[in-house]
Amino acid sequence: MGGVEAPADTSHHGHGGPYQPVFVGARRQELDELLARYPSKMAALLPALWMVQHDRGWVSDEAMAEVATLLELTPAYVKGVVTFYTMYHQHPVGRYFVQVCTTSPCQVCGAEEVVDAFLRHTGCQELGVTSPDDRFTVIEVECLGACGFATPVMINEDFIESVTPEGVPELLARYK
Amino acid sequence: MGYPHTPHPRETPVLSQHFGEMEATTLDGWRTRGGYAALQRALGMAPAEIVTVVKDSGLRGRGGAGFPTGVKWSFMKPGDGKPHYLCCNADESEPGTFKDREIMRWTPHALVEGCAIGAYAIGAETAYIYIRGEFTEPIARMEAAIEEAYAAGILGKNAMGSGKTVNVWVHRGAGAYICGEETALMNSLEGRRGNPRIKPPFPAVAGVFGQPTTINNVETLAAVPQILNNGAEWYKKFSRSDNPKSTGTKLYSVCGNIARPGNYEVAMGFPFKDFLYDVCGGPLPGRKFRAIIPGGISVPIQTVAEAEASLMDYEGFVAQGTMLGSGGVIVVDDAQNLVKFIARAARFFAHESCAQCTQCREGTAWTTKILERIAAGDGTSEDLDTLLEIADNMTGKTICVLSDSCATPVVSGLKKFRGDFEALIKKKTHVLVPAFA
Repeated sequence: MGGVEAPADTSHHGHGGPYQPVFVGARRQELDELLARYPSKMAALLPALWMVQHDRGWVSDEAMAEVATLLELTPAYVKGVVTFYTMYHQHPVGRYFVQVCTTSPCQVCGAEEVVDAFLRHTGCQELGVTSPDDRFTVIEVECLGACGFATPVMINEDFIESVTPEGVPELLARYK
Repeated sequence: MGYPHTPHPRETPVLSQHFGEMEATTLDGWRTRGGYAALQRALGMAPAEIVTVVKDSGLRGRGGAGFPTGVKWSFMKPGDGKPHYLCCNADESEPGTFKDREIMRWTPHALVEGCAIGAYAIGAETAYIYIRGEFTEPIARMEAAIEEAYAAGILGKNAMGSGKTVNVWVHRGAGAYICGEETALMNSLEGRRGNPRIKPPFPAVAGVFGQPTTINNVETLAAVPQILNNGAEWYKKFSRSDNPKSTGTKLYSVCGNIARPGNYEVAMGFPFKDFLYDVCGGPLPGRKFRAIIPGGISVPIQTVAEAEASLMDYEGFVAQGTMLGSGGVIVVDDAQNLVKFIARAARFFAHESCAQCTQCREGTAWTTKILERIAAGDGTSEDLDTLLEIADNMTGKTICVLSDSCATPVVSGLKKFRGDFEALIKKKTHVLVPAFA
């Protein structure tokens, strides 16, 4: 436990070169302040992973190792947690990550047509595959908790209610 | 529905009275609406006195189980020398349910106040509000409200000048329905995978960080300040005269094939028929209701006749073969393929299973495959028996009730709408030809 050196960034995402730590300067201070809220360091794991994803767009193995060192965990443990939760990206995704709710209450309100409209208008070939221009990745998501406003859609951190297939082109135009 | 919120004349807006008022989301706005008077009073009371008021009010858990809140709080033993914790369950993920989201968006200070009172009443200095990761707007509103409350000295080491410490923090989830299960929520808060824990030990004995813990739903805690302000007798007045076991008001989220979806708050015991046709406007033009789920997708499906005969409280829904659950009303009309609807529900549970129990991991996956096969017109008559056999193996045999929840729409669907399944099987398009005649 602890003392695990973060290896050099070998991903094809970003600028290449050696891995640049996330938790330096203000970010490090933010994490330290957060730690005061909990009786264990491990409890800051989910918030720390959110910071990583916010800054880097996804959570790489190198970032997991960095978080593990800071919270006195093993990289394997951190990976075990990352893989449990659906919102952490373990691979780079498009600039705009589109999640369309298709669970039963939205399904009976026509969510499948909304998904089709997103695939058509983003140029994504299929669900989970990023569009050729790297702009969009579209996935189906399980219940977004806004069933009365079918179909709810998340684009990155934006939560959009009552999306219809006809409204998709105008909505996408806001995401350049 | 719709904002600014104009309640239907037959609603009883207690929790929802300030929905849609942007000013109510701020500390000043909340104070002019009587905010934090209850906390001020509570901090001058003995914790046991607060527990007694909540017990007397008859308030029951609004997350689904309906456990009496005051009784739950009384399990927390004061003076045991251990740190206590309050967790507010804001992982609202039960399909059909979106009421906690509105409470956090429009009245974040009501929840901060409820958490602070609850924490003090159970001898905790810290409350964590665990909010599902997708709720970006509610998270922002809650964090802003908490920041204001700290800056005004309402929270912190000397809460409202009482000399007592009350901390409230937001903890963001990261996409897992199962973290709405209380022991999974605690694991997730600790920085673990969200696997439910075996009980006992119960949270009041060994909860989050191994310490005595109480977990309450958002709607439950948001009701507490009102109860302290107006008294237990006031809250009890909202129940129907022949059933004192369900008190107060309840927020219902309404969705699916209905004229006016949205959030509505009615008194306990309100007639479900009037609710569906009058308050929510009935079916869409030219359609008829076909099936209704009143308490989130985990509770048994009702026929229209059962729904129309139901009274909206814990006991009223049980009398009509289902449960109040989380109050997530899902309406399916006669234009829908009910088998496809149930298959999609099963897929939800298969996706959300944490996979630590075999019955759930395998059962949710196979139930989904069989239902999707039937919905696609490839089912056989044996499939229906197989589904019931799998459902039996999934019920009452696992660490938590996610597995049971997947079985529920299947079993109740097959019991009440068997004809829908059989019609699809009869129509089947693909036939297996035996190799030897």
